[in-house]
Amino acid sequence: MSASYPPFSRKITNIVMLTLTGLCTLLVLSVLLTILGYLLWKGASSLNVDFFTKIPAPVGQSGGGVKNAIVGTLKLLALASAIGVPIGLLGGIYLSEFAGGWSAFTIRYTTDLLNGVPSVVMGIFVYTLVVLPMHHFSTLAGGIALGIMMIPIALRSTEDFLRAVPRSLREGGLALGASKSETIFTIVIPAAIYGIITGILLDIARVAGETAPLLFTAFGNLFDSPGWMQPTASLPVVIYNYAISPYDAWHRQAWAAGFVLLSGLLVVSIISRLILARGKKLSHG
Amino acid sequence: MKPFDLRQLSKAHEVRFAVDVETDEKLPWPQFTVADLNFFYGAHQALKGINLIVPNKRVMAFIGPSGCGKTTLLRTFNRMNETIPGTRVEGSIRLGDKDLFSFPATTLRRVVGMVFQKPSPFPKSIFDNVAYGLRLDPAIRRNEVADKVEQSLRRAALWDEVKDKLHQSANGISGGQQQRLCIARALAVEPEVLLLDEPCSALDPLSTAKIEDLLFEIKDLCTIVIVTHNMLQAARVADYVGFFLNGELIELNRAKQIFQNPEMQQTQDYITGRFG
Repeated sequence: MSASYPPFSRKITNIVMLTLTGLCTLLVLSVLLTILGYLLWKGASSLNVDFFTKIPAPVGQSGGGVKNAIVGTLKLLALASAIGVPIGLLGGIYLSEFAGGWSAFTIRYTTDLLNGVPSVVMGIFVYTLVVLPMHHFSTLAGGIALGIMMIPIALRSTEDFLRAVPRSLREGGLALGASKSETIFTIVIPAAIYGIITGILLDIARVAGETAPLLFTAFGNLFDSPGWMQPTASLPVVIYNYAISPYDAWHRQAWAAGFVLLSGLLVVSIISRLILARGKKLSHG
Repeated sequence: MKPFDLRQLSKAHEVRFAVDVETDEKLPWPQFTVADLNFFYGAHQALKGINLIVPNKRVMAFIGPSGCGKTTLLRTFNRMNETIPGTRVEGSIRLGDKDLFSFPATTLRRVVGMVFQKPSPFPKSIFDNVAYGLRLDPAIRRNEVADKVEQSLRRAALWDEVKDKLHQSANGISGGQQQRLCIARALAVEPEVLLLDEPCSALDPLSTAKIEDLLFEIKDLCTIVIVTHNMLQAARVADYVGFFLNGELIELNRAKQIFQNPEMQQTQDYITGRFG
């Protein structure tokens, strides 16, 4: 090998590309950090115990919090998961393990379309389906809207993780006299379970920030919303309402609510990464 | 069980079965009796008019170049090929005196176990891997499982190496141990036949030797059919060897005969490394 290997031009290309990819990574990271920092800076003055324990104060009074919106968002997400997770999970299992040819194509295609439906359209859809017959907005309607939005991602991520399970494991189960469904439920799904859970957590995190569908369904509420049949506040809608209001104190609370929402998503995302890493560790020794 | 009439069967199918008519005639029905077997992947014919007998409690090896159909035939014995869409079988296979296709596939696969080329432990503990097949059968009582797991691990010569970590992940042991675990897993349900599809191709020579040793140990328990690319391995472990080429069974004979004095020129060319 000559001393001039590799040629100078390749060294230059290497340095340029390394710099470019590094800069892009830095750019993405800095956007996230800037948003987090800005939210904290603008909203920090509203972040106190009251913010998490009190409902909004009447206009003109200082203090108050968004407890009702935090509780509302948690209730909406619980209901959405109760609808979206079972349908997405079972649909994903069917799509990966049982559907063939035309049915698989149709399911995949319609699921991707559903995923592409603008969230505001989803809001109007559930408004027509649930809110109009009931004559009022409710947690129920909001949860249904978010639940439907969860289905496509839950379904496709479940399918992807099941498909990634090697054929050798399926054949191993069948070769021991297990039926196809026994193999799927005792070998294939356990092998993919960490990935499936991760996908679902990220799916929940994704709909947690949806605003448009909630405007038509959960609407908003300045007070606590007991039960499932009344309009409820939620963090994204609180951010929206406070941000377009003319009051400085509300602006600050909107920033703080944004910070709380983003931190929550960050925590969920980190937890799901840890779960996936643990799953990888378990299945590779 | 009716006595098995080899002469009559030979005449019916005009086949050269590689068993000594004189010595093996009085055997009960052989493990597998394959007659006029054709197999298709879509339009591609992978097996062409296969006739052969797999005797009881012996080791039979299938050799031949890649794509010659030996693995396809092996996977026909436990009907694993049925799980691949677009495949088709013609002809007959008997397991003992019964039609192989008259069993439900799940029942058949407990009688005809299989170990694959790549060690594929389930992502469960070592114990649960071996117990998997046992737990599928409601007739096997819970308190029997632990004993049977130990027995199977001993048969697969793995017990001493894993007895202290039975409840650790099966992915944590070496490749050779994983393959012996897969053999233990298959032996646990006490199959009549064990099919092995190139079981040592991903293993180092030491692990290979251990697996060959254990095959000697278990051949009294079950009939073994092994597909291998390693001719020395076939010579070491097999009683009978079948040589396949392009989907046809070219020659089936006692191992000694095949390697020392093959009848067919193609066999001679293959085992001396002139092609394939």
